[in-house]
Amino acid sequence: MDDNFDLGAIAGYSGLFLQGAGTTLGLIAIAASLSFLISIGGAATVRWGAKWARRLVMAYVELIRNTPFIVQMFFIFFGLPSLGLKLTAITAAIIAVTVNLTAYCIEILRAGIEAVPPGQREAGLALGLPPIWVFFSVILPQAIANVYPALVSQIILTMLESAVVSKIAVMDLTHVADLIQSRNYRTFEAYFVVAMIYLVMAICLRRLMARVGQRLFAGRVR
Amino acid sequence: MIELSLTDILSFLLLAARWTVFLSAIAFVGGGVGALLLLLLRYARPRFGGRFMPVYVEFFQDTPFLLQLFLIFFGLPKLGIDVSPLMAATIGLTLYATAYLAEVWRGCVDAIPRGQWDASASLGMNFVQQMRDVILPQALKISIPPTVGFLVQLIKNTAVTSIIGFHELTKAGEIINNATFQPFITYSIVSLIYFAICYPLTHWSRRLERRLTPTGHR
Repeated sequence: MDDNFDLGAIAGYSGLFLQGAGTTLGLIAIAASLSFLISIGGAATVRWGAKWARRLVMAYVELIRNTPFIVQMFFIFFGLPSLGLKLTAITAAIIAVTVNLTAYCIEILRAGIEAVPPGQREAGLALGLPPIWVFFSVILPQAIANVYPALVSQIILTMLESAVVSKIAVMDLTHVADLIQSRNYRTFEAYFVVAMIYLVMAICLRRLMARVGQRLFAGRVR
Repeated sequence: MIELSLTDILSFLLLAARWTVFLSAIAFVGGGVGALLLLLLRYARPRFGGRFMPVYVEFFQDTPFLLQLFLIFFGLPKLGIDVSPLMAATIGLTLYATAYLAEVWRGCVDAIPRGQWDASASLGMNFVQQMRDVILPQALKISIPPTVGFLVQLIKNTAVTSIIGFHELTKAGEIINNATFQPFITYSIVSLIYFAICYPLTHWSRRLERRLTPTGHR
């Protein structure tokens, strides 16, 4: 083993890198979809729910936003099984990322809903639409358009933070680097390449989501 | 399995929490100085600094903090510099904080109306005087809420340094958990200590922000 910077030493592992990147992207895709759906209910509860429900959701949001993701993950992976709920590493990772991301999404969506002028709701109700319909077809689309950029950057931030799931043995992109460096001792090169892959993934995802946003909200995104 | 009383666990965790606070404080101050230098470079030498800063910020904002830490912890020894976990954690968090604070403060400086630059220039002020007497005092006021908000993010990120073996709160939780096999209680206490450190800051940041927006916006 010499001390040079030798990328060739890890060139043979491109299949593993792809697999790891796939796991990382799959993890964030599942967690982001779940979080998005749950946070619609959460944000609506904060805005219009009963007082106790509102308090409960706000307490959840504050608790998650003021503790580190890695501790939340350890709590779910090690703590829940001690209560009798057995989890595989990947399930625990999906739950942990979803629980974390949902709290941020509720806070973002809540702000988006608040920014929709009250006249929109009144106009919908005046047209005789049922309140639930007013929410889903009048208020929600505008609320999402208001905060779309914030949602996208939160999802990307969470994808980067999800690198620590490698510590509970989920085979994500970071874990691939752990694996490679344990085989050939090219620690720095392995982590360097993986860092660059994350960088490219984050930049591409941001561009892609901006495109999707332009299509979906045709000029309404601020 | 070792039997530990709740007071033993609590005191062990609280002692380790001092390192979390200490590390956050150093990185926050170091990051603040770094960000200020980066910003001065950007506005004083737009041709070089204006290009360097976005690249620096992009790298630190678009890669996982865990990998930045690994690159420092395993990269510096390659250059012949031996680093302890504490050194690596301090350097990593400081570089990370520099990127985020520079980006936050850039937004605040850019929010100062163009006329303030023009007016101070027309009074014959040089760059240092403009920055010190006109731009920064105004930018400082609007920068406080997001800066405190970032401090919370920084404190949460110190937890990641447990992975390279730095003995702070999360690492202490791991040690307790390995000794007692009581993960539910251990990580509940760890979470509550983090919450007790972070929540007052979050609350303060929100109050400062509300004070800056005089209309009834929440």
